[in-house]
This record gives sequence, C-alpha cells and structure tokens, in this order.
Amino acid sequence: MLSWDFLLQPAGFDIGETGLFVFDATQPVWRALLVGVGNTVRVSLPALLLATLLGLLLALGRGASSRSWRWLSGGIVDGVRLVPLLLQLLICYLLLIEWLPDASEALPLAPGVWLSKGGLAFPWPVPGDGGLTWSWPVQEAFNVQGGGAVTPEFLAVTLALGVYTGAFLAEVFRSGIEAVPASLLEAADTLGATRWQVIRLVLLPQALRTIVPATTNQYLNLVKNSSLAVAVGYPDLVSVGNTTLNQTGRAVECVTVMMALYLGLSLLTSAAMNAFNARRAMRGDA
Amino acid sequence: MPTLPPSIRSHVLHAWCAVLALVVSMLSVPGLAHAGKTLDGVRQRGQVNCGVSTGVAGFSAPDGKGRWAGLDVDICRALAAAVLGDGEKVNFVPLNAQQRFAALQSGQIDVLSRNTSWTLTRDASLGFHFTAITYIDGQAFLVPTKLKVARATQLKGAQVCVQSGTTTEKNLADFSRTHKLGIKPIVFDTYEAGFKALFAGRCQAYTADSSALASVRNKEAPNPADYAVLPDLISKEPLGPVVRRGDDEWFAIVKWTVFALQEAEELGITQARAEAMKSSDDPAVQRLLGTGDDMGKLLGLDKAWSLRAIKAVGHQGEIFERNVGAQSPLKLPRGVNRPWSQGGLIYAPPVR
Repeated sequence: MLSWDFLLQPAGFDIGETGLFVFDATQPVWRALLVGVGNTVRVSLPALLLATLLGLLLALGRGASSRSWRWLSGGIVDGVRLVPLLLQLLICYLLLIEWLPDASEALPLAPGVWLSKGGLAFPWPVPGDGGLTWSWPVQEAFNVQGGGAVTPEFLAVTLALGVYTGAFLAEVFRSGIEAVPASLLEAADTLGATRWQVIRLVLLPQALRTIVPATTNQYLNLVKNSSLAVAVGYPDLVSVGNTTLNQTGRAVECVTVMMALYLGLSLLTSAAMNAFNARRAMRGDA
Repeated sequence: MPTLPPSIRSHVLHAWCAVLALVVSMLSVPGLAHAGKTLDGVRQRGQVNCGVSTGVAGFSAPDGKGRWAGLDVDICRALAAAVLGDGEKVNFVPLNAQQRFAALQSGQIDVLSRNTSWTLTRDASLGFHFTAITYIDGQAFLVPTKLKVARATQLKGAQVCVQSGTTTEKNLADFSRTHKLGIKPIVFDTYEAGFKALFAGRCQAYTADSSALASVRNKEAPNPADYAVLPDLISKEPLGPVVRRGDDEWFAIVKWTVFALQEAEELGITQARAEAMKSSDDPAVQRLLGTGDDMGKLLGLDKAWSLRAIKAVGHQGEIFERNVGAQSPLKLPRGVNRPWSQGGLIYAPPVR
C-alpha cells in the first residue's frame, strides 16, 4: 500500500548543488525534493531566456536579405532540430569537461572568477555579521572554494536546452511573422506609417496571436526536457527523486510526487503564458 | 490563481482529474502480490528469471561471446541446476540500480542476484528477503594518483562522482558528515557515466563498492596505473541474492543453494571431483551429493539438487576465483571472503 511517511524522514544523502537553498543530509526528504524542484527551475529559467533570444536571432537570420545569413540560420535550425536532445546534451557536457582545466588548476578569468572542470566560480554576497558581505572564491588543493558557483553540469544543461528549444522557437517566430498577410503591412505603409510603426503596431500584434500559443508549448517542453539533466549528473527533480526512490524503495510514491511536481511546474508555466496571451497578445497591444 | 479565465480553470481541472484517476488506479492494484508459488511458476516456465546488472565485470556481464558471466550469474545458474536440472535454463534480465527492486516486487524476476547490499531498510520495508551473503564488500574511493591522496579523510571539499540508486550515496553523506569533509556528490544515473566523469577529470574521486572499483580501474581506466583504490572502507556491503516475501519455500531454496555451494568448498567438493566424490564415506559429503540422507525432499526438490548445482558452477571458492579472483582480470584478493574455516567470514549453516 502507499505510504507517505518517508517524506518526513531525514534524507540521508547530500545534494551537490542546492542553488539558493541550504541543504544537508539531516533534513527531511520533502526538503530534498524541494531543492530538486529549485534546481529544475534554476536551470529552466536561464535556458528559457537563452532559447527566446536565440530563437529571435535565428528567425531574423532566416528572414534576412543576405543569402549567407539565411543559409547559416537555416542550417543551424535544421541541424539542431534533427538531432536528439539527449545526444546534444551529452556532447555539450563531454566537450565542457574535456576542454576545461582541472579543478585543482582553475583558469582565472578575472579577479575572483575561476573557470575549471569544477565549474564557474564568482564572488557572491553572503549574509555575514553586519549585513551582506562578499564571499570571494579561492583556489584550494582540489578545487575552488567559496563564492557563488555554477557547475559544468548546469552550464551544459542550460546551453543544450537553450539551443535546442531556440531552434524550434525560431520556426515558431518565423511562421508567426510570415502568417501576417503582406497586404496588411502594405496598407500600413500606404497610410504613411514608418517602418518601426509597421512592425510595432501591425506586424507584432498580428504575429503574436499565432506565436504565443505555440511558444507556450515550447516552454512547457523545455521545462519537461530539463529532466534529461540526470544524464549528466545535474541534481534536478528527477535526479533527487530517483535517489529518494532508491533510498526509500517507495517507487510508486516517488514517481507520483515527481509527476505532481512537474504537473505543477507546467501548470504554472502554462498559466503565466495564457495570462500573457489573454492580456497582451489577444488584445493586440504588444 | 484567483482570477483565472474559464479556459485555464478547466485546463487545471482536467489535469487534476487525470492525476486523481491515476492514483486511484494505483491504489486498487495489489502491486506487491505475486501469482502462485514461485517454484511452480519456474517449473511451468522451464526457466528461472534472474535479475542481474547491466554489466559489472566479475559479477554479471556478458562475455566476449555474449554469454552472461560472473559471480552473481553463477548463483542463478546453480539455482536453475538445482531446481530445473539444467544450469542453462536461466533468463537473465539486465536491470539498472533503480529498476531492480521494482522488477522483483512486480514478479518480473524470481530472484535478484545483482550485487545488492543487505540493509535493514531494504530487508524490512520493501517486501523482500535477503537470502545469504555471497560476497562481502565495502565502499571505497578510486582516485587519480596525481592528486597524491593516500587516505579517504584527505578528500576535504572534494567533488566525488557516484551512481544514483545505490547505498553508496547515503554512505558518502554519512562519511562526509562524520569527518566534516564537505564532500560534494555529483550523481549520475548510470555506473558508466560516473567513472567516465572521473576519467575526464570532472571529479576528484569516484566512490562505489571496492570490488566494482577494481573492475573499473582494471577494465575501464585509460591507464590503470594512473588510478588507485584507497585502502579505507567506509561501509559494510554484504551482497547476496534477494527474493520476494510471501513464498517461504522459494526463499529456502535460494538460501540453501547458496549454502550448499559454500559448504561444498569447506568439504573440498569441486566441480570436477563432485561425481567421483559420490562414493565418499563422509556423511556430510553424501548429503550434499545426494547419496546420503535426502535433503532435497525437505526443500520440495529431488535428492541430487545440490550435486547438480555444484556440477554446474563449482563451489563458492571456484566461483570466486573464476569470476573476480586470481583467474579473472580483476585479481581481487579473497580476504574476508574466504570460508570461516580458512580465517574468512563466509559461514554457511550446515546442510543436514
């Protein structure tokens, strides 16, 4: 029978990176899962941003007047879309950990900024005696200690998810823009609107109606695809959930909790995008 | 979400209905129950379904010809020989660390023989019985020699790669806390990904059972001399076959098959000499080889059950040496895995 007591038991395992949370093995299992959700969000948000920017750039590139830009953008979009995400993630991760220097001899990029197989370390404010003080990373025997840091796992997942989703978004943006009838733009032009006015008042409001729903799908995919992070050792929700599953043996319960949490994340994403759609895109004042 | 438009509200409602339906369906399915007696199922099928690893050299891995080989594999062959009369009648089901318990609970396999550590949690709360100990292991660290680390307690602040779904993660956290080392685990979902990250230099150590580390160092490392297994063992890891609860007859069969192989070593009954030793005058030997008191009957088997098991894979010592010991690429020392009569910790209750 299902039993949920294990959520209150001490986790008993550590988590390699905890973001803004503080976690150790003595804290209960539900806190560990919360850290997992936090890590999923922490990797998804920068990836969303990267994907959107890259998608815009590639969509513009595909509509550019220069033929080489069009070919380059089209090549990237097709190449990225046609290779499985898991492979791209593994390649990204393997290249990172092969190329970067060892954590015991990190590369100083700037004062207090170190890059190595241990990750990217940078100064970070920590609560001290009199308010916030800056913690500076320093090189120690095995790796760089102190300050804030993102791991190569985090970098790999963010990059791979951002690029992959960006390629899909590029097509979404392009189709949205191309779906606006040319006659509308010509009409605006005839009425004496400037090029910027045409884009802002005619093209974007029309295009967003098509773009936003499809973009919501891509954003949802990105959040769910972040579960592949477990393949490169990033402690996302699935990774922490798997560990919990194995320590407690509560397979059905753990998978149910993971599903419910992903559902919650997806509903939040969906609600945010739908609200945006209702307020901005449908009303037409982008 | 106070002022959601109706379309979103129905969206939310649908999603929750789906989850509710799923949970209700799971509650009503008796997941842990098993169909009939395991032994009857095995006989009817003509095969033992044996859960093994996806490839841990020395314990369970396909050899160059695609045939499963290893210490854990031999236990299943012995079982098939005892129960079905043929050590080849085994269906090996490769499982990763996370799949193994669900596979046993659901009845997909009859026995899990997959370097699985016997712990209270697993024994008491998952609906399993651990049968016997076939290998005594302990958790250790594999480190690059260039880091000049000699003891595990020197791993202060180190990033340590580890496979998810193992007791290893928990031991690592305990060890780190006890010695205030602040070790950062990097958890990979497969065994391979973990040590590949060590070889790439992503972590300063890889932790697993010391037998697995020997396997990684000798078979996977680009240059074995560049890596060393630290001498400290940070945990007890008694490995052995596991069965489902609720079938005491099958539990006894698996348990005593292992004990028979262990007692065979104490009595010096090897794979090669088993047939010849049937004429022995020693009652203990006679019982094991089916020429004395009928032990098989008590287990629901025939008289020659243990003879067939020994002839299929040899005694415990032969299994050890062939798969992980001197005759194998792993060259693990026998150590505490010697029988008690030779100063080790392997002690089988008497077959009588």
